[in-house]
Amino acid sequence: MKKIQVLGGGCARCDVLSQETIKAAESLGLSYELEKITDYAEIAKFGIMSTPALVIDGTVVFSGQVLKSDEIKKFLVQL
Amino acid sequence: MQVFKLIADRLVIDVFRMSPSSHWGGSLHFFIEDTLKIFVMVVFMIYAVGVLRAGMNLTNIRQRIEKMPKVLAYPLSAIFGAITPFCSCSSIPFFLGFTQAGIPAGITFSFLITSPLINEVALILLSGILGIKFTLIYVSMGLLTGIIGGFLFDLLKADHHLQELTLKVKKQKESSAPSTPSISPSLSLKERHLFALNEVRDILKRISKWILIGVALGALLHGLVPQEWIAQNLGNKSGWSVPGAVLLGIPLYSNASGMVPIVETLMAKGLPVGTAMALMMSTVGASFPEFLMLKQVVKPRILVYLFVYFLISFTLLGWLLNLVF
Repeated sequence: MKKIQVLGGGCARCDVLSQETIKAAESLGLSYELEKITDYAEIAKFGIMSTPALVIDGTVVFSGQVLKSDEIKKFLVQL
Repeated sequence: MQVFKLIADRLVIDVFRMSPSSHWGGSLHFFIEDTLKIFVMVVFMIYAVGVLRAGMNLTNIRQRIEKMPKVLAYPLSAIFGAITPFCSCSSIPFFLGFTQAGIPAGITFSFLITSPLINEVALILLSGILGIKFTLIYVSMGLLTGIIGGFLFDLLKADHHLQELTLKVKKQKESSAPSTPSISPSLSLKERHLFALNEVRDILKRISKWILIGVALGALLHGLVPQEWIAQNLGNKSGWSVPGAVLLGIPLYSNASGMVPIVETLMAKGLPVGTAMALMMSTVGASFPEFLMLKQVVKPRILVYLFVYFLISFTLLGWLLNLVF
Protein backbone atom coordinates (compact mmCIF):
# COMPACT_ATOMS: atom_id res chain seq x y z
CA MET A 1 0.00 0.00 0.00
CA LYS A 2 1.37 3.35 -1.01
CA LYS A 3 1.94 5.91 1.69
CA ILE A 4 1.27 9.37 0.27
CA GLN A 5 1.90 12.52 2.21
CA VAL A 6 0.90 16.05 1.21
CA LEU A 7 2.96 18.65 3.00
CA GLY A 8 1.57 22.14 3.41
CA GLY A 9 0.53 24.72 5.94
CA GLY A 10 -3.10 24.66 4.95
CA CYS A 11 -3.43 27.18 2.17
CA ALA A 12 -5.68 26.71 -0.85
CA ARG A 13 -2.91 25.31 -3.02
CA CYS A 14 -2.24 22.51 -0.54
CA ASP A 15 -5.90 21.49 -0.69
CA VAL A 16 -5.82 21.47 -4.48
CA LEU A 17 -2.74 19.25 -4.41
CA SER A 18 -4.50 16.82 -2.04
CA GLN A 19 -7.52 16.66 -4.31
CA GLU A 20 -5.45 16.15 -7.44
CA THR A 21 -3.43 13.44 -5.68
CA ILE A 22 -6.55 11.59 -4.56
CA LYS A 23 -7.92 11.83 -8.09
CA ALA A 24 -4.68 10.39 -9.46
CA ALA A 25 -4.52 7.53 -6.97
CA GLU A 26 -8.19 6.68 -7.42
CA SER A 27 -7.99 6.63 -11.19
CA LEU A 28 -5.05 4.25 -11.00
CA GLY A 29 -7.00 2.03 -8.62
CA LEU A 30 -4.13 2.09 -6.14
CA SER A 31 -4.45 1.11 -2.54
CA TYR A 32 -3.05 4.07 -0.70
CA GLU A 33 -3.03 5.99 2.53
CA LEU A 34 -3.07 9.80 2.29
CA GLU A 35 -1.74 11.89 5.10
CA LYS A 36 -1.82 15.69 5.21
CA ILE A 37 1.01 17.16 7.19
CA THR A 38 0.50 20.73 8.30
CA ASP A 39 2.91 20.91 11.21
CA TYR A 40 5.88 23.01 10.16
CA ALA A 41 8.39 21.16 12.30
CA GLU A 42 7.38 17.90 10.60
CA ILE A 43 7.56 19.51 7.17
CA ALA A 44 11.04 20.80 7.97
CA LYS A 45 12.22 17.23 8.64
CA PHE A 46 11.73 16.46 4.96
CA GLY A 47 14.00 19.33 4.00
CA ILE A 48 11.13 21.04 2.20
CA MET A 49 11.45 24.77 1.72
CA SER A 50 8.44 25.54 -0.41
CA THR A 51 4.98 24.16 -0.05
CA PRO A 52 2.93 22.39 -1.11
CA ALA A 53 4.98 19.24 -1.52
CA LEU A 54 4.25 15.62 -2.31
CA VAL A 55 5.96 12.65 -0.68
CA ILE A 56 5.42 9.08 -1.90
CA ASP A 57 6.67 6.23 0.30
CA GLY A 58 9.13 8.54 1.99
CA THR A 59 10.58 10.10 -1.15
CA VAL A 60 9.96 13.76 -1.85
CA VAL A 61 8.58 13.85 -5.38
CA PHE A 62 8.27 17.60 -5.84
CA SER A 63 7.85 20.72 -3.81
CA GLY A 64 6.58 24.23 -4.36
CA GLN A 65 4.30 23.20 -7.18
CA VAL A 66 0.77 22.06 -7.68
CA LEU A 67 0.64 19.43 -10.39
CA LYS A 68 -2.47 18.04 -11.99
CA SER A 69 -3.61 14.48 -11.43
CA ASP A 70 -2.25 13.34 -14.83
CA GLU A 71 1.26 14.39 -13.90
CA ILE A 72 0.93 13.01 -10.38
CA LYS A 73 -0.10 9.66 -11.85
CA LYS A 74 3.29 9.38 -13.54
CA PHE A 75 5.03 9.63 -10.19
CA LEU A 76 2.65 7.18 -8.55
CA VAL A 77 3.39 4.65 -11.26
CA GLN A 78 7.17 5.21 -11.17
CA LEU A 79 7.53 4.81 -7.45
CA MET B 1 0.57 47.42 -27.85
CA GLN B 2 -1.77 49.43 -30.03
CA VAL B 3 -3.78 46.31 -30.78
CA PHE B 4 -5.18 46.27 -27.22
CA LYS B 5 -6.36 49.86 -27.53
CA LEU B 6 -7.99 49.06 -30.85
CA ILE B 7 -9.79 46.01 -29.46
CA ALA B 8 -11.00 48.09 -26.54
CA ASP B 9 -12.14 50.81 -28.95
CA ARG B 10 -14.19 48.33 -30.99
CA LEU B 11 -15.78 46.75 -27.93
CA VAL B 12 -16.62 50.00 -26.17
CA ILE B 13 -17.87 51.93 -29.19
CA ASP B 14 -19.52 49.24 -31.29
CA VAL B 15 -20.61 46.60 -28.79
CA PHE B 16 -21.36 48.63 -25.68
CA ARG B 17 -22.18 51.80 -27.61
CA MET B 18 -20.38 54.17 -25.28
CA SER B 19 -17.90 56.90 -25.91
CA PRO B 20 -14.37 56.34 -24.59
CA SER B 21 -14.23 59.96 -23.56
CA SER B 22 -17.24 59.72 -21.26
CA HIS B 23 -16.76 58.81 -17.59
CA TRP B 24 -18.17 55.27 -17.69
CA GLY B 25 -17.05 54.70 -21.27
CA GLY B 26 -13.57 55.73 -20.26
CA SER B 27 -13.57 53.37 -17.31
CA LEU B 28 -14.78 50.48 -19.42
CA HIS B 29 -12.22 51.19 -22.10
CA PHE B 30 -9.43 51.26 -19.54
CA PHE B 31 -10.70 48.02 -18.01
CA ILE B 32 -10.79 46.13 -21.32
CA GLU B 33 -7.54 47.47 -22.67
CA ASP B 34 -5.55 47.00 -19.49
CA THR B 35 -6.92 43.56 -18.71
CA LEU B 36 -6.02 42.27 -22.16
CA LYS B 37 -2.62 43.91 -22.12
CA ILE B 38 -1.77 42.60 -18.69
CA PHE B 39 -2.90 39.03 -19.27
CA VAL B 40 -0.99 38.72 -22.53
CA MET B 41 2.22 40.18 -21.10
CA VAL B 42 1.94 38.15 -17.93
CA VAL B 43 1.44 34.83 -19.72
CA PHE B 44 4.39 35.52 -21.97
CA MET B 45 6.65 36.53 -19.11
CA ILE B 46 5.76 33.68 -16.77
CA TYR B 47 6.35 31.18 -19.55
CA ALA B 48 9.70 32.67 -20.58
CA VAL B 49 11.01 32.88 -17.04
CA GLY B 50 9.58 29.43 -16.28
CA VAL B 51 11.65 27.91 -19.06
CA LEU B 52 14.76 29.58 -17.69
CA ARG B 53 14.03 28.82 -14.08
CA ALA B 54 13.05 25.14 -14.46
CA GLY B 55 15.39 22.92 -12.48
CA MET B 56 16.51 25.62 -10.10
CA ASN B 57 15.61 24.54 -6.63
CA LEU B 58 15.94 26.01 -3.20
CA THR B 59 18.25 23.28 -1.96
CA ASN B 60 20.89 24.21 -4.53
CA ILE B 61 20.38 27.89 -3.82
CA ARG B 62 20.72 27.32 -0.11
CA GLN B 63 23.94 25.35 -0.62
CA ARG B 64 25.45 28.20 -2.60
CA ILE B 65 24.51 30.76 -0.01
CA GLU B 66 25.85 28.62 2.83
CA LYS B 67 29.27 28.58 1.20
CA MET B 68 29.51 32.33 0.60
CA PRO B 69 31.40 34.68 2.86
CA LYS B 70 28.91 36.87 4.69
CA VAL B 71 29.59 40.00 2.71
CA LEU B 72 28.58 38.27 -0.52
CA ALA B 73 25.78 36.26 1.03
CA TYR B 74 23.47 39.26 1.47
CA PRO B 75 23.47 40.33 -2.19
CA LEU B 76 23.37 36.72 -3.37
CA SER B 77 20.42 35.93 -1.14
CA ALA B 78 18.64 39.08 -2.29
CA ILE B 79 19.23 38.21 -5.95
CA PHE B 80 18.02 34.64 -5.53
CA GLY B 81 14.99 35.98 -3.70
CA ALA B 82 14.26 38.26 -6.61
CA ILE B 83 14.25 35.41 -9.11
CA THR B 84 12.35 32.93 -6.96
CA PRO B 85 8.57 33.18 -7.04
CA PHE B 86 6.96 34.01 -3.75
CA CYS B 87 4.06 32.41 -2.01
CA SER B 88 3.43 33.66 1.49
CA CYS B 89 2.45 30.18 2.59
CA SER B 90 6.03 29.10 1.91
CA SER B 91 7.58 31.80 4.12
CA ILE B 92 7.61 29.53 7.13
CA PRO B 93 9.09 26.37 5.58
CA PHE B 94 11.54 28.57 3.75
CA PHE B 95 12.67 30.39 6.89
CA LEU B 96 12.98 27.14 8.82
CA GLY B 97 14.93 25.48 6.02
CA PHE B 98 17.49 28.25 5.74
CA THR B 99 17.86 28.62 9.48
CA GLN B 100 18.30 24.87 9.91
CA ALA B 101 21.29 25.03 7.57
CA GLY B 102 22.92 27.55 9.86
CA ILE B 103 22.26 30.58 7.68
CA PRO B 104 21.94 33.77 9.77
CA ALA B 105 18.44 35.24 10.00
CA GLY B 106 19.50 38.44 8.27
CA ILE B 107 20.60 36.63 5.13
CA THR B 108 17.32 34.75 5.14
CA PHE B 109 15.48 38.06 5.43
CA SER B 110 17.33 39.45 2.42
CA PHE B 111 15.68 36.70 0.41
CA LEU B 112 12.28 37.15 2.06
CA ILE B 113 12.27 40.89 1.41
CA THR B 114 13.12 40.76 -2.28
CA SER B 115 11.05 37.70 -3.13
CA PRO B 116 7.60 39.32 -3.05
CA LEU B 117 8.93 42.68 -4.28
CA ILE B 118 10.62 41.58 -7.45
CA ASN B 119 9.11 39.10 -9.80
CA GLU B 120 8.96 38.78 -13.55
CA VAL B 121 5.30 39.69 -13.65
CA ALA B 122 5.85 42.99 -11.87
CA LEU B 123 8.81 43.80 -14.05
CA ILE B 124 7.20 43.26 -17.38
CA LEU B 125 4.15 45.24 -16.34
CA LEU B 126 6.26 48.08 -15.04
CA SER B 127 8.33 48.16 -18.20
CA GLY B 128 5.16 48.31 -20.26
CA ILE B 129 3.87 51.26 -18.32
CA LEU B 130 6.92 53.13 -17.09
CA GLY B 131 9.62 51.96 -19.44
CA ILE B 132 12.85 50.04 -18.95
CA LYS B 133 14.60 52.82 -17.05
CA PHE B 134 12.06 52.85 -14.21
CA THR B 135 11.90 49.09 -14.16
CA LEU B 136 15.64 48.91 -13.60
CA ILE B 137 15.31 51.55 -10.90
CA TYR B 138 12.59 49.47 -9.25
CA VAL B 139 14.78 46.36 -9.34
CA SER B 140 17.75 48.21 -7.85
CA MET B 141 15.61 49.69 -5.10
CA GLY B 142 14.17 46.28 -4.31
CA LEU B 143 17.56 44.60 -4.15
CA LEU B 144 19.03 47.39 -2.06
CA THR B 145 16.13 47.17 0.38
CA GLY B 146 16.76 43.44 0.72
CA ILE B 147 20.53 43.65 1.11
CA ILE B 148 20.54 46.48 3.62
CA GLY B 149 17.58 45.04 5.50
CA GLY B 150 19.27 41.68 5.91
CA PHE B 151 22.48 43.29 7.05
CA LEU B 152 20.65 45.43 9.60
CA PHE B 153 18.74 42.46 10.96
CA ASP B 154 21.94 40.61 11.71
CA LEU B 155 23.39 43.74 13.30
CA LEU B 156 20.30 43.82 15.48
CA LYS B 157 20.99 40.17 16.33
CA ALA B 158 17.77 38.78 14.89
CA ASP B 159 19.06 35.27 15.57
CA HIS B 160 18.60 35.92 19.27
CA HIS B 161 14.90 36.44 18.77
CA LEU B 162 13.70 33.29 17.09
CA GLN B 163 10.51 31.53 18.09
CA GLU B 164 10.41 28.15 19.84
CA LEU B 165 9.42 26.45 16.60
CA THR B 166 12.51 27.73 14.83
CA LEU B 167 14.82 26.76 17.67
CA LYS B 168 13.29 23.29 17.78
CA VAL B 169 13.72 22.80 14.05
CA LYS B 170 17.29 24.07 14.20
CA LYS B 171 18.13 21.25 16.57
CA GLN B 172 16.36 18.65 14.51
CA LYS B 173 18.14 16.96 11.66
CA GLU B 174 16.84 16.81 8.17
CA SER B 175 16.13 13.30 6.98
CA SER B 176 19.03 11.79 5.15
CA ALA B 177 16.99 11.14 2.04
CA PRO B 178 17.74 13.62 -0.74
CA SER B 179 15.31 16.43 -0.29
CA THR B 180 14.58 17.01 -3.92
CA PRO B 181 14.33 14.21 -6.43
CA SER B 182 16.69 13.77 -9.29
CA ILE B 183 15.76 17.03 -10.97
CA SER B 184 19.13 17.60 -12.55
CA PRO B 185 19.94 21.20 -13.41
CA SER B 186 20.13 20.38 -17.09
CA LEU B 187 16.52 19.66 -17.93
CA SER B 188 15.49 18.82 -21.45
CA LEU B 189 13.62 21.42 -23.47
CA LYS B 190 10.43 19.43 -23.18
CA GLU B 191 10.75 19.25 -19.39
CA ARG B 192 11.34 22.99 -19.28
CA HIS B 193 8.33 23.58 -21.48
CA LEU B 194 6.13 21.45 -19.22
CA PHE B 195 7.41 23.18 -16.12
CA ALA B 196 6.83 26.60 -17.68
CA LEU B 197 3.30 25.66 -18.75
CA ASN B 198 2.55 24.53 -15.25
CA GLU B 199 3.91 27.76 -13.84
CA VAL B 200 1.68 29.76 -16.18
CA ARG B 201 -1.38 27.80 -15.09
CA ASP B 202 -0.49 27.90 -11.41
CA ILE B 203 0.55 31.56 -11.18
CA LEU B 204 -2.23 32.80 -13.45
CA LYS B 205 -4.81 31.06 -11.30
CA ARG B 206 -3.39 32.78 -8.26
CA ILE B 207 -3.08 36.29 -9.62
CA SER B 208 -6.08 36.54 -11.94
CA LYS B 209 -8.33 37.93 -9.29
CA TRP B 210 -5.72 40.50 -8.27
CA ILE B 211 -5.37 41.63 -11.87
CA LEU B 212 -9.11 42.03 -12.30
CA ILE B 213 -9.56 43.86 -9.00
CA GLY B 214 -6.56 46.07 -9.69
CA VAL B 215 -7.69 46.94 -13.18
CA ALA B 216 -11.24 47.55 -11.95
CA LEU B 217 -9.99 49.97 -9.30
CA GLY B 218 -7.70 51.61 -11.81
CA ALA B 219 -10.59 51.90 -14.23
CA LEU B 220 -12.83 53.53 -11.65
CA LEU B 221 -10.11 55.98 -10.71
CA HIS B 222 -9.46 56.65 -14.37
CA GLY B 223 -13.02 57.46 -15.24
CA LEU B 224 -14.35 58.99 -12.09
CA VAL B 225 -11.57 60.91 -10.36
CA PRO B 226 -11.04 64.35 -11.91
CA GLN B 227 -7.67 64.92 -13.48
CA GLU B 228 -6.38 67.49 -11.06
CA TRP B 229 -7.72 66.17 -7.75
CA ILE B 230 -4.81 63.87 -7.10
CA ALA B 231 -2.21 66.34 -8.28
CA GLN B 232 -3.64 68.98 -5.96
CA ASN B 233 -4.12 66.85 -2.88
CA LEU B 234 -1.40 64.23 -3.07
CA GLY B 235 1.06 65.90 -5.37
CA ASN B 236 3.42 67.28 -2.77
CA LYS B 237 6.67 65.56 -3.65
CA SER B 238 8.42 66.02 -0.35
CA GLY B 239 5.49 65.95 1.96
CA TRP B 240 3.70 63.47 4.15
CA SER B 241 1.95 61.77 1.27
CA VAL B 242 4.99 59.54 0.77
CA PRO B 243 5.10 58.05 4.27
CA GLY B 244 1.32 58.12 4.19
CA ALA B 245 1.35 55.97 1.08
CA VAL B 246 3.78 53.55 2.76
CA LEU B 247 1.66 53.34 5.91
CA LEU B 248 -1.33 52.55 3.74
CA GLY B 249 0.54 50.02 1.65
CA ILE B 250 2.25 47.93 4.30
CA PRO B 251 -0.80 46.19 5.78
CA LEU B 252 -2.56 45.96 2.46
CA TYR B 253 -1.70 43.26 0.06
CA SER B 254 -1.95 43.14 -3.64
CA ASN B 255 -0.05 41.12 -6.09
CA ALA B 256 2.21 43.29 -8.22
CA SER B 257 0.08 42.67 -11.27
CA GLY B 258 -2.92 44.16 -9.53
CA MET B 259 -1.02 47.22 -8.30
CA VAL B 260 0.37 48.26 -11.65
CA PRO B 261 -2.91 49.42 -13.21
CA ILE B 262 -3.72 51.35 -10.05
CA VAL B 263 -0.32 53.00 -9.99
CA GLU B 264 -0.61 53.70 -13.71
CA THR B 265 -3.85 55.60 -13.23
CA LEU B 266 -2.71 57.48 -10.16
CA MET B 267 0.37 58.69 -11.95
CA ALA B 268 -1.63 59.73 -14.98
CA LYS B 269 -3.77 61.79 -12.61
CA GLY B 270 -0.77 63.55 -11.18
CA LEU B 271 0.63 61.38 -8.40
CA PRO B 272 4.41 61.89 -8.32
CA VAL B 273 6.46 58.86 -9.37
CA GLY B 274 8.22 58.50 -6.00
CA THR B 275 4.94 58.47 -4.10
CA ALA B 276 3.53 55.94 -6.54
CA MET B 277 6.57 53.68 -6.22
CA ALA B 278 6.47 53.95 -2.43
CA LEU B 279 2.85 52.87 -2.48
CA MET B 280 3.57 50.00 -4.84
CA MET B 281 6.60 48.69 -2.99
CA SER B 282 4.93 48.81 0.40
CA THR B 283 1.76 47.14 -0.85
CA VAL B 284 3.53 44.41 -2.78
CA GLY B 285 6.45 43.89 -0.44
CA ALA B 286 4.74 43.64 2.91
CA SER B 287 1.39 42.47 4.11
CA PHE B 288 -0.51 41.73 7.25
CA PRO B 289 -0.93 38.01 6.43
CA GLU B 290 2.78 37.70 5.80
CA PHE B 291 3.58 39.30 9.14
CA LEU B 292 1.21 36.85 10.81
CA MET B 293 3.09 33.97 9.19
CA LEU B 294 6.49 35.30 10.20
CA LYS B 295 5.29 35.68 13.77
CA GLN B 296 5.43 31.89 13.98
CA VAL B 297 9.15 31.82 13.29
CA VAL B 298 10.50 35.06 14.75
CA LYS B 299 9.58 36.93 17.90
CA PRO B 300 7.32 40.03 17.59
CA ARG B 301 10.24 42.41 18.19
CA ILE B 302 11.71 41.36 14.83
CA LEU B 303 8.41 42.10 13.14
CA VAL B 304 8.43 45.57 14.65
CA TYR B 305 11.93 46.07 13.26
CA LEU B 306 10.69 44.85 9.89
CA PHE B 307 7.73 47.24 9.90
CA VAL B 308 9.86 50.22 10.89
CA TYR B 309 12.50 49.26 8.34
CA PHE B 310 9.94 49.11 5.53
CA LEU B 311 8.43 52.42 6.62
CA ILE B 312 11.76 54.20 6.63
CA SER B 313 13.31 52.62 3.54
CA PHE B 314 10.28 52.92 1.27
CA THR B 315 9.67 56.50 2.41
CA LEU B 316 13.27 57.46 1.76
CA LEU B 317 13.21 55.79 -1.64
CA GLY B 318 9.96 57.56 -2.48
CA TRP B 319 11.34 60.96 -1.49
CA LEU B 320 14.54 60.26 -3.39
CA LEU B 321 12.69 59.37 -6.57
CA ASN B 322 10.50 62.46 -6.22
CA LEU B 323 13.62 64.55 -5.85
CA VAL B 324 15.35 63.12 -8.90
CA PHE B 325 12.36 62.92 -11.24
